[in-house]
Amino acid sequence: MKIGVLALQGAVREHVKMLEMAGAEASPVKRPEDLEELDGLVMPGGESTTISKLMHQYDLMEPVRQMGRSGKPLFGTCAGLILLARRIEGTEDSHLGLMDITVRRNAFGRQRESFEARMDISGVADDYEAVFIRAPYITETGPEVEVLSSLGDRIVVVRQKHLLGAAFHPELTEDIRLHSHFVKMVRDSRATPVI
Amino acid sequence: MTDKPHGFATGTDRVKRGMAEMQKGGVIMDVVNAEQAKIAEEAGAVAVMALERVPADIRAAGGVARMADPRIIEEVMNAVTIPVMAKARIGHFVEARLLEAMGVDYIDESEVLTPADDKYHIDKSRFTVPFVCGARNLGEALRRIGEGASMIRTKGEPGTGNVVEAVKHMREMMSQIRKVQNMSRDELMAEAKNLGAPYELLLEVHEKGRLPVVNFAAGGVATPADAALMMHLGCDGVFVGSGIFKSENPAKYARAIVEATTHYEDFGRIVELSKNLGTAMPGIEISTLEPANRMQERGW
Repeated sequence: MKIGVLALQGAVREHVKMLEMAGAEASPVKRPEDLEELDGLVMPGGESTTISKLMHQYDLMEPVRQMGRSGKPLFGTCAGLILLARRIEGTEDSHLGLMDITVRRNAFGRQRESFEARMDISGVADDYEAVFIRAPYITETGPEVEVLSSLGDRIVVVRQKHLLGAAFHPELTEDIRLHSHFVKMVRDSRATPVI
Repeated sequence: MTDKPHGFATGTDRVKRGMAEMQKGGVIMDVVNAEQAKIAEEAGAVAVMALERVPADIRAAGGVARMADPRIIEEVMNAVTIPVMAKARIGHFVEARLLEAMGVDYIDESEVLTPADDKYHIDKSRFTVPFVCGARNLGEALRRIGEGASMIRTKGEPGTGNVVEAVKHMREMMSQIRKVQNMSRDELMAEAKNLGAPYELLLEVHEKGRLPVVNFAAGGVATPADAALMMHLGCDGVFVGSGIFKSENPAKYARAIVEATTHYEDFGRIVELSKNLGTAMPGIEISTLEPANRMQERGW
């Protein structure tokens, strides 16, 4: 089982390490051909504006969208969650547009408002330490979307079938429970395709 | 937030250093107005540094260089969604507090500006907003991290368009890291004294084989090949100061430098993106700079 990490920019090395600790083989993705043979893909934290521009520029947007449409699991963290969303507040544009959610970018404020907190993620982990950096949150979810965690009314972890999204950075702690959950999603999708 | 979740904390090391982790593999560009900031964002910059003048112009103007006019910084903050950094003078903690109050995402305590304190740097650990600082070697980097810096960049020689000093500083730092990593633990205290570095941080370098924070290249990067060179030498990303908006075609240059930083191992691709870029910024040979005009000497 091999999981890619979109490596245009951002916390790539950390995601690779966490996936390996969770028992998967992981490899960086910079070009469309790097997507071949992958069973799943992680889209890391970084700058969503930058990563989406580079995905278009380097011809990665459409192949990753096709990968998601074909039922292979995708996991977006922070910027990666914004890439997955069908609706982004304040703009008509979306990026991959695969997940039936609306996100608000930099929703908690600028860097000085960035924070860490402990929270429960339903079916994944209790008392999980999460690091939010200029993070988005989810304001609306469609009927197929399962909310796994919220801070008050701010939704921060969601799953829609084979798609997983988190507003924070699971790669910045030592806790591999969320990565293990995704590795399990990839393993299950190989056994029983969701689409 | 009004309803604080369990374990809520802002301004922790993890939150401040994590912000720099999100910039890795990217290019941070100096800009002096909203129009330049938009060009930088469009080209794929991961952040912009809002300044009143780029280093080449600071060098040409002479005199005392200070924090930029807050109006310029606000203009840039309103123009883009990527993070905005801004510079405070070395030791000028009030300029830094002003930048923090404005909501700047990262402060550069920078030798590009005229130092405000000839002995001490800012106690950066007391701030919620993270700081980046320049360094020429491991000792200097670890002193800055000890004061609370969450990101390091090489000093290079800003505003020269000459990459030689950035190369020298990155090589020096990487070579010292390798040496410390291979030392026996009982040699570390003497090495801490030798480098002028805090022992605990040196121990961390010994164990991890890298700096405890992200390390970017800066100070003289002028072409896509320069950016790729710095990535090969082991940095996590690149600052480009005067190199973009002092070149003949900034939009094209900006995009090419971003692409060369991402694909630094793909030489065929860097050949293609380097074609017909127009003239790079004019450079300065370092030996023609009087020692008093070398910005890298600033900082203690």
